[in-house]
Amino acid sequence: MTLREVANITQAQIISGQELLDTEVISACGSDMMSDVLAHVKNQSVLVTGLINPQVVRTALMMDMKCICFVRGKIPDEKVIEIASENNIVIMATKNTMFEACGKLFSRGLRGGD
Amino acid sequence: MTEIVWRFDVEGNNFELAGHASQQTKSRLKQIGVNNDIIRKVIIAMYEGEINMVIHANGGVATVTVQPNLITVVLADTGKGIENVELAMKEGYSTATTEIRELGFGAGMGLPNMKKYSDDMTIDTTVGEGTTITMKFKI
Ligand SMILES: Nc1ncnc2c1ncn2[C@@H]1O[C@H](COP(=O)(O)OP(=O)(O)O)[C@@H](O)[C@H]1O
Ligand SMILES: [Mg+2]
Repeated sequence: MTLREVANITQAQIISGQELLDTEVISACGSDMMSDVLAHVKNQSVLVTGLINPQVVRTALMMDMKCICFVRGKIPDEKVIEIASENNIVIMATKNTMFEACGKLFSRGLRGGD
Repeated sequence: MTEIVWRFDVEGNNFELAGHASQQTKSRLKQIGVNNDIIRKVIIAMYEGEINMVIHANGGVATVTVQPNLITVVLADTGKGIENVELAMKEGYSTATTEIRELGFGAGMGLPNMKKYSDDMTIDTTVGEGTTITMKFKI
C-alpha cells in the first residue's frame, strides 16, 4: 500500500512529507523500545510508535524506514519533525492506540517484514 | 582508496544529540558507495554503542576507519567502566534508569546487538577509567 493509504487506514494527520505519500510500503514494525527495533534487521518501512523523542526518528533513519506513525494523538516537536524532513521520512499522527493502528494496518495487508 | 578516518566527539548525557555521529557516518558511507546491507550493520552497532557512551559513560570519541576490505569502529570513553563484562553482554541486562527506558532505550540489547552485527568485537574496560569498544566489519 502507499503511505497515503497508511494515513487513511489509521485516520492519521500528515505532519510532514506530504510530497512523499505515493511511496509504496509492504511492511511495518510497532514498538516503544528502540533497541527492539534495532535488534531485528528486517526491511520494515513504517514505524508505529508512541514515543516522540528524537531517537525515534534516528532509529527509523538508521533502519532506512520511510515513515513514522505516532499513535495516541502524540505529536513530536519541531526539532524532531525537522530531522525527519531532512531525511525524507514521512511523519503522521493518529489518535488510534498502538494496538488499533497495528491491527488495522495488518488486516489491510501490511506485514512484519523479512 | 587506501584508508579513510572519521572522528566524532560524542557529548555525554545529551540525549537530543545522541546518534549524530552514527547518522553522519551513515551518510558518508553511503557517499563513498559502501553496500547498503553492510552500512545497516555498521550503523546499528555504532548507534547502540554511541547511545551507551551518552547514557552510561559521559560521552567520548567515536572513530571510524574505512579500508578496502574492512570498516573499524572504535568507541572510546573515560566513563565509569563496566564492572562485569560477561553480565553486561547478557540480553536484557541493563542498569539504565526508568527515565532512559521511557525514552525507548535501556532494554539491555545494546551490547548483544553490537556483538551480533559486527564480525569481531572487543571490549577493553577498566572500572573508574573508561571503556574502549572496537568493532570490525568485513566489506
Ligand atoms: N560505555 C559504557 N560505559 C559504562 N557502562 C556501560 C557502557 N556500555 C554499556 N554499559 C553497561 O552495560 C549494560 C548493558 O548495556 P546494553 O546492552 O547496551 O544495555 P542498555 O544500554 O540498554 O542498558 C548497561 O546497562 C551499562 O550498565
Ligand atoms: Mg545500550
